[in-house]
Amino acid sequence: MLQIDTWKRVLIWLVCVTGLLMALPNAFYTRVEQSNDAKAAIELGIDTPEMQADAEQWPNWMPSSLVNLGLDLRGGAHLLAEVQVGDVYESRMEAMWPEIRDALRDERATIGTIRKQPSDPDEIRVRISEPAGMPRALEVVRGLARQVQTLTGVGATDIEARAEGDTIVVQLSDAEKLASDDRTVRQSLEIVRRRIDEVGTREPTIQRQGTDRILIQVPGIGSAGELKEIIGTTAQLTFNPVVNRGTDADAVPGIGESLVPSLDEQGLFYMIESAPVVTGEELVDAQPAFDQNGRPAVSFRFNTSGARKFGDYTRDNVGSPFAIVLDDEVISAPVIQSHIPGGSGIITGNFTVEESTNLAVLLRAGALPAGLEFLEERTIGPELGQDSIDAGKVATIVAFVAVLVFMALSYGLFGLFANIALIINVGLLFGLLSLIGATLTLPGIAGIVLTVGMAVDANVLIFERVREELKSAKGPARAIELGYEKALSAILDANVTTFITAVILFAMGSGPVRGFAITLGLGILTSVFTAIFVTRLMIVMWFERRRPKTIEV
Amino acid sequence: MRLKLVPQSTSFDFFSRWKLWLGISGLMMVIAFTSFMLQGLNFGIDFRGGTTIRTQSAQEIDVGMYRDAIAPLELGDVTITEIFDPTFGPNENVAMIRIQAQEDAEAVEASTISAVEAALAGAVPDVKFVSVESVGPKVSGELIQTAVIAVVLAIGAVLVYIWLRFEWQFALGAVAALVHDVILTIGIFSELQIRFDLAIIAALLTIVGYSLNDTVVVFDRVRENLRKYKKKDLKEVLNISINETLSRTVMTSVTTLLALISLYVLGGDVIRGFVFAMIWGVIVGTYSSVFVASTILLWLGVKRDWSKPPNTSGNQFANVDA
Repeated sequence: MLQIDTWKRVLIWLVCVTGLLMALPNAFYTRVEQSNDAKAAIELGIDTPEMQADAEQWPNWMPSSLVNLGLDLRGGAHLLAEVQVGDVYESRMEAMWPEIRDALRDERATIGTIRKQPSDPDEIRVRISEPAGMPRALEVVRGLARQVQTLTGVGATDIEARAEGDTIVVQLSDAEKLASDDRTVRQSLEIVRRRIDEVGTREPTIQRQGTDRILIQVPGIGSAGELKEIIGTTAQLTFNPVVNRGTDADAVPGIGESLVPSLDEQGLFYMIESAPVVTGEELVDAQPAFDQNGRPAVSFRFNTSGARKFGDYTRDNVGSPFAIVLDDEVISAPVIQSHIPGGSGIITGNFTVEESTNLAVLLRAGALPAGLEFLEERTIGPELGQDSIDAGKVATIVAFVAVLVFMALSYGLFGLFANIALIINVGLLFGLLSLIGATLTLPGIAGIVLTVGMAVDANVLIFERVREELKSAKGPARAIELGYEKALSAILDANVTTFITAVILFAMGSGPVRGFAITLGLGILTSVFTAIFVTRLMIVMWFERRRPKTIEV
Repeated sequence: MRLKLVPQSTSFDFFSRWKLWLGISGLMMVIAFTSFMLQGLNFGIDFRGGTTIRTQSAQEIDVGMYRDAIAPLELGDVTITEIFDPTFGPNENVAMIRIQAQEDAEAVEASTISAVEAALAGAVPDVKFVSVESVGPKVSGELIQTAVIAVVLAIGAVLVYIWLRFEWQFALGAVAALVHDVILTIGIFSELQIRFDLAIIAALLTIVGYSLNDTVVVFDRVRENLRKYKKKDLKEVLNISINETLSRTVMTSVTTLLALISLYVLGGDVIRGFVFAMIWGVIVGTYSSVFVASTILLWLGVKRDWSKPPNTSGNQFANVDA
């Protein structure tokens, strides 16, 4: 008959109460949010009376996880960037050249003179004057290769060398390219994160997507353009020797040289050596500062090895110009006045205070190893987000009331049971969303509304079945029991299929669509739980007290 | 007094003209498909790349003026629509500006966006740009691909699940109904030229889920009745099953529609297209579970030899206790 063990009853109520408690903070969203922020600030040591007062708005012993609001509800900026992983091959090959050159020079006896040939940026071409020495030359170059750790390729090396007539062609191997791409993206991700953290916005989402993409979402920021200014520049800082300067934009650079424009002076170009003396990677600090004339500048400090290289170079080249190059533009090219041993200095240029501050942030966070290309950008104003929340709230409440009234009219007392279960259901849904820290988006709200509409389905199935069983004139207890038993397979089949689509949506979708998939999927779980456990328990408890001879569903 | 949308017991004959119903469904699918081929969908920027800018101003919107302000920038195809919505306040005048993806630009052109914003701010002093979204053609191509894969995967997964739980005829019937629903939904979006974006794909999948939900409930009862009435012919069993579940079908559709309609009216214009798709899907899905899924089942016939013990084949969940 209609029996449910005591422990099961306790467990069911416990789940409901826990779920509702977890959901409770969302009912006081602003208050809990302020309190959470204040508590986080106090942890960090910012302890003011106002902070204390804010923190006390929500008691410590209460759950305080909230549903995150998605960008479309809170406002902010969204960027999808593709890391130009190919950029790295070029600098890798550039760095490789001196090593290859030196190794080949040692073999001059067998391979003759060597000459670097113009080539694509991701390879090195070297012509040797004694083609007979080719096997030896290849052997030497291959000897420079290092092992690459990969999952599949055992014994793979980082470079590949082959002969094309009298020319040696050196390229990164496929295994190394894969490994390098992965490293590049991970590095970029880390640097983007550091740059955003430096600016100090709240709760940014920075995620890798696919093999070479980064998704960046920053709530509360004014526009995607602002965000791009912070993360868009590579901030590749190098110090290169200057070969000469001139106004000819078409000057042909020699081997190992490149032509870069000046940042402030239109029409001025510098011919510099491509291999830098020191790079920004060896910086340990960069701060906005002012030069002797009181103009904004950036002061910097090198680490030990950078300081040594910088010191040696300045000692040997007093009187020559030295280019400070940022992202392929010369910021300035001062003449070295004297040996600079300490490894620190300042960069002057025509900066505004803001520019020098930004540059310092970028240098401190480190350079992006490769350029970023933006494939998608979205800015949602906070007003639009608030409008969407307001509209969503009203719509949800109206939908809720409409369904409650309709159910009560259709099923009477049983309808009321289903209604209580529906309220618990939405509470549980919010509790789960807060618990897993899910993000609520506008389509997510639609998912909740849809859940409200569809959640009653399981109860409808059961009640309709009970009605049918009552017709065949078994007692009310038997009818209820059979109703539950026979409706169960339909409920499960129907919900499993919907759940499958929710899972696929979650796996394939992105952003707002994913938010929808989460609420839909969790909504199915909670509604099945409430329908087959909670309403059943309520009906059983009512039945035990009243022992009705007849029931009307 | 209870509210009853469907009488206690009904005995409609759903299959007296089943060829006619299949014909009507087929015809509607052909119309939807033709409309799709002739007009195509009004793809949003998610799928074809480009930029949309949503503006808001206290000043009344004069589309011509907006157009004149942007025209000198020569951005190709620019669509400007004013948006009306009951949830807007008296001084909320909202317009959507859509700019096509600029040629030979793989990434998003920040300069284009700021040029448009500057031009509009010049023409309408109090204009605010409440949302600006740009999608590069590279991503949009991939998004279409992912979307199609998602829908196909969902339908495939369902096919397998129903095949495992029922018989292959049931699976085919259910999937025919799903394809019917998806095609009709795409058809109405192409016919009415409602903007088709990423959210609509989510709606499509939800329709797949809902329609299936409905179909499965009917099929579940068919399976049960096939065992119960071993002597009756399939048509009769199908009719009994649909009549028995009719009350539930109507109840669930009504509660879902109640919820969706309130979202449609009050939920704001941003998700209206999305909600519209779902409302349409609920109606079409309810229709198709009876007139497409069950009719196909009737057409294909079902193996009637249920030699296995009645309570185990495919009904194994039924004994789970609370």
